[in-house]
Amino acid sequence: MGIADITFYVFATTLVAAALLVVVARNPVHSVLWLILAFLSAAGLFVLLGAEFVAMLLIIVYVGAVAVLFLFVVMMLDVDFAALKAEMVRYIPLAGLIGIVLLMQLALVYGTWVYSEGIDQHLGSPIPPLHEVHNTRAIGLILYDRYVLPFQLSGLILLIAMVGAILLTLRHRQDVKRQNILTQIYRDPAKAMELRDVKPGQGLRR
Amino acid sequence: MQELMDGFFSTTLGIALIIAAQSLLVIGFVMVSLLFLVYGDRKIWAAVQMRKGPNVVGAFGLLQTVADALKYVVKEVVVPASADKPVFMLAPMTSFVLAILAWAVIPFNDTWVLADLNVAILYVFAMSSLEVYGVIMGGWASNSKYPFLGSLRSAAQMISYEVSIGLIIIGVIITTGSMNFGDIVRAQDGGFGLFSWYWLPHLPMVFLFFISALAETNRPPFDLPEAESELVAGYQVEYSSTPFLLFMAGEYIAIFLMCALMTLLFSGGWLSPVPGLPDGALWMLLKMAFFFFLFAMVKAIVPRYRYDQLMRLGWKVFLPMSFAWVVIVAFMAKFELFGGAYARWATGD
Repeated sequence: MGIADITFYVFATTLVAAALLVVVARNPVHSVLWLILAFLSAAGLFVLLGAEFVAMLLIIVYVGAVAVLFLFVVMMLDVDFAALKAEMVRYIPLAGLIGIVLLMQLALVYGTWVYSEGIDQHLGSPIPPLHEVHNTRAIGLILYDRYVLPFQLSGLILLIAMVGAILLTLRHRQDVKRQNILTQIYRDPAKAMELRDVKPGQGLRR
Repeated sequence: MQELMDGFFSTTLGIALIIAAQSLLVIGFVMVSLLFLVYGDRKIWAAVQMRKGPNVVGAFGLLQTVADALKYVVKEVVVPASADKPVFMLAPMTSFVLAILAWAVIPFNDTWVLADLNVAILYVFAMSSLEVYGVIMGGWASNSKYPFLGSLRSAAQMISYEVSIGLIIIGVIITTGSMNFGDIVRAQDGGFGLFSWYWLPHLPMVFLFFISALAETNRPPFDLPEAESELVAGYQVEYSSTPFLLFMAGEYIAIFLMCALMTLLFSGGWLSPVPGLPDGALWMLLKMAFFFFLFAMVKAIVPRYRYDQLMRLGWKVFLPMSFAWVVIVAFMAKFELFGGAYARWATGD
């Protein structure tokens, strides 16, 4: 077993253990922290695969931004765990049923999924060899050259979703005092304060 | 003997030993410079305010930081009774370790780099974006009002300014055509010395990057997470002795890292400013010290921002400006305007 294998098993075990702890941790903040560990181990696995660009993006986007907002929200919510636990026990049979149905669907997909003849030439973008094109460049070529329209359209959909979310929650409150930065900047300093010339090394003598 | 040594250093154990020794060297450099940075920071601050600053321990007070560090270490660690103990202890460690980790990809001279990653700049960006966790975890685990308010403020602040830092970095990446620090510095090597560096073509962004770096590292005038007049000390209120030392050391290392980034991205790294003089690690250190001096002067001179002004500046001023700059740089790189100053990968400079 080489070093790469050992590293793989370390990351993989950490990932699975952390993912498990996300679900079983009693405190939701601890859950989010375990989730972050899971993200970081996944990034480690990407590095092992030679996809360091994806790994860094995973850390920057998911751990550095998304999980911070998660943590933000979870910390400020005051969740009552005893009540939640009691609710959970009541619905366990239903949850089990859904789980079994999902498992069967997955099994069906696994057993019967086949590709049509020659579809991989239309769908797949084979990974170019590393010595020809660096993988960051390869991703860029796929996203911005080959699939530029779907990529830009999905970006547009995200933008519309963001605008919608802001529009739904935006309320202009009238009863708060607002600071107008421009009037503050354009205040006349002569009316607000007195300027004294301080000589270097002497300070202000009274 | 020589053959034996060569044989040993090509085995797995030998390579691991070499890497460990190199890492220790970098960590040692960072820690030693940390001692003198804190001293320099206090001295500059004192000089501006016409005080003497630290001047008792060692010659000119040079060993003041060592004495302070020793004092922190030997004091008792106080953990609040209602604190979440594991997270409480994890927070300062996270902030310290992440600050050190980013140094793994910083080159000090041509090929003097611990890990020559292809995505080095993204790695540094990732590590500095993770640093916010130390602050949030510390604030939450203290289980107290002021630390929590401080950590919420700081999380919002650090995320906001990361966005503009990222966009400014994209401009540099477009100009270089690579995310490797070595390539970025080598692309700034031109016939005009100082004037071939990126600070000239990317001039407005140098200021934006500097200010964003101040905000990202919670440095005055943006030290709102620990605004002592309102929040006592923000997320650090409940921390004492070694955990506090780790927070503070992490903060200073992050500031020093930002100085290194300014040097590598805009000021030619190890390149000499005058054509003809030899390039070398000394230039890198001098430039980093210069940028740290600027950081210290800003701390001494500029009054603290108000929080709503800070957020307005980040989202309504810096973000649109850096976005516009990315588009402008992309345009100028595509058409190789100004003699290809924005497309160094194309002109071969």
